[in-house]
Amino acid sequence: MNVSERPLTAMIGLPDGPPDCAAYGRAGGWQAVRRALRDMTPEAVIETVTASKLRGRGGAGFGTGQKWSFVPRDPPATRRKYLVANADEMEPGTFKDRLLLEGNPLQLVEGMIIAGYAIQAGHGVIFLRGEYHLALARLNHAIAEARQVGWLGENILGSGFGFEIHVHASGGRYICGEETALLTALEGRRAQPRSKPPFPQVGGLWGAPSVVNNVETLCNLPHIVANGAEWFLSLGLGPDSGTKIYGVSGRVRRPGAWELPMGTPLREIVEHHAGGMRDGYRLRAFLPGGASTAFLDAGQVDVAMEYGAVEKAGSRLGTGLAILLDDRTCPVGMLHNLEHFFAQESCGWCTPCRDGLPWVERLLDAIESGTGEPEDLDRLHDHARLLGPMGRTFCAHAPGAMAPLASGLKLFREEFDAHIRQRACPLRETA
Amino acid sequence: MSTADTLLPPDLRAQITELARAEHRPRAASVSALTLVQAHFGWVSDAHLAETASLLGMSPADLDGIATYFNLIFRRPVGRHVIMLCDSVSCWIMGRDAVCARLQARLGIRPGETTADGAVTLLPIVCLGHCDHAPAMLVDHTLHGDLDAETAEHLADTLRQAAP
Ligand code: FES
Repeated sequence: MNVSERPLTAMIGLPDGPPDCAAYGRAGGWQAVRRALRDMTPEAVIETVTASKLRGRGGAGFGTGQKWSFVPRDPPATRRKYLVANADEMEPGTFKDRLLLEGNPLQLVEGMIIAGYAIQAGHGVIFLRGEYHLALARLNHAIAEARQVGWLGENILGSGFGFEIHVHASGGRYICGEETALLTALEGRRAQPRSKPPFPQVGGLWGAPSVVNNVETLCNLPHIVANGAEWFLSLGLGPDSGTKIYGVSGRVRRPGAWELPMGTPLREIVEHHAGGMRDGYRLRAFLPGGASTAFLDAGQVDVAMEYGAVEKAGSRLGTGLAILLDDRTCPVGMLHNLEHFFAQESCGWCTPCRDGLPWVERLLDAIESGTGEPEDLDRLHDHARLLGPMGRTFCAHAPGAMAPLASGLKLFREEFDAHIRQRACPLRETA
Repeated sequence: MSTADTLLPPDLRAQITELARAEHRPRAASVSALTLVQAHFGWVSDAHLAETASLLGMSPADLDGIATYFNLIFRRPVGRHVIMLCDSVSCWIMGRDAVCARLQARLGIRPGETTADGAVTLLPIVCLGHCDHAPAMLVDHTLHGDLDAETAEHLADTLRQAAP
């Protein structure tokens, strides 16, 4: 593969660690920010990104250009605006943004300058997971160097546009990945999601117009601006454009993450890149893109990993990093683990989520440990039905939690029944 | 209980004031101020919380609401080292329960507890973004992956032998 086919990771994994400003420039960096600030209007940047069909890489898949287009376009400097990088990577099974943050922090810096210029925001914030200590050190180092060289600060390249970035290390809560909860956390409050409208683009951080973009989304921007929308469209195998950092965890020979064309089939990722299942293990089912995506069956492993195809198969692309369930790991135990996470990380604001998720966790615990009753399955179905649809709670946390449960109840019906019938986990001995 | 020896040292007070000044509103510095206090003392006591709150122009209850909301702010004392063992799904599949059981047996504590010598606190943590090297854990600020019961036990032993 040549460099242009994996733009996001081309400079990652070099023996000397992440590139500094000069090395980044020698390898093609800073071209895009030069072009944007010297030759393009903010509107032209938005148009290019819209034409590239870049969609959010954090899980929701919203069109990036479209997201930006809701920011009010008044003359610059008339008011504060914010560009926030969502680096709160906490979706279980997801390890792509850490790769980008640690591997090439300047790529994110350049992406943020471009996004900031497009929406005419002078303030950039990176909302970083508190556990990402190495990323924090490397980001702060990169930002300080970029400031010194003049890529950050006032009047960048004499364009009149000024941009600053500061890093906020989170105190740690999954819900901060939700953009309105993230903004609330930045304001020094308990990170509860906000009702929309107003949308952040109009009334976000401190009431000012704000855009929250995922790290991987922002890292695509320098390449789109430097090489053009047509080039970006040509990278995808199907309807979606660009490349994607895919990954696999679970009992495969070589778990890992790889930058591949958008739309690569999961089978190719699992068998070719991850080396297939380990000896003695067969694929049973998988979560295509993190803990809050619905299970798909092993028979669906040929699914193209793109937004539409995964949705058609009955799940979501999510973060694009798949978690594999093998035939010797208990599906009920896996669901118990997942729902423990969601119950613990509920912010507690909405009653169905705060009370419903711990109930689900207890029911799964009982079934897994052999004290479950047949009626417990009805209760689990009730929760999946009542909490699953969007709109019953403020945010998507509870619906996300119900995605693996609802699909798991269908897919693992036999295993659930066996647990209840045998009053024990049928897989325990082989586990 | 704000006796002289529980007060924040002057340089820490100055750092917190500076953090608050740099933000759009002082309260935005809540988590970073608490993180600073914790980096200094290992945890955030009632007295330190109250003093931090007053530097941010907040009530102690208001700041405590934030301190207790987040996973990484400790409102109780912890050991000199904190082991955070991932309990999320990929690590679970790859055998984190066996790693946890061995750590518990070796350290003689359960998750949430600190060894009697004050050396190590064991805590669960959500996915550390190291799932391709599951099971994973964070020891203070250092990430460790591809653990099994033996390697984890060895790491825990090293922590207890290391000078405070
Ligand atoms: S699940 Fe443990 S590091 Fe991701």
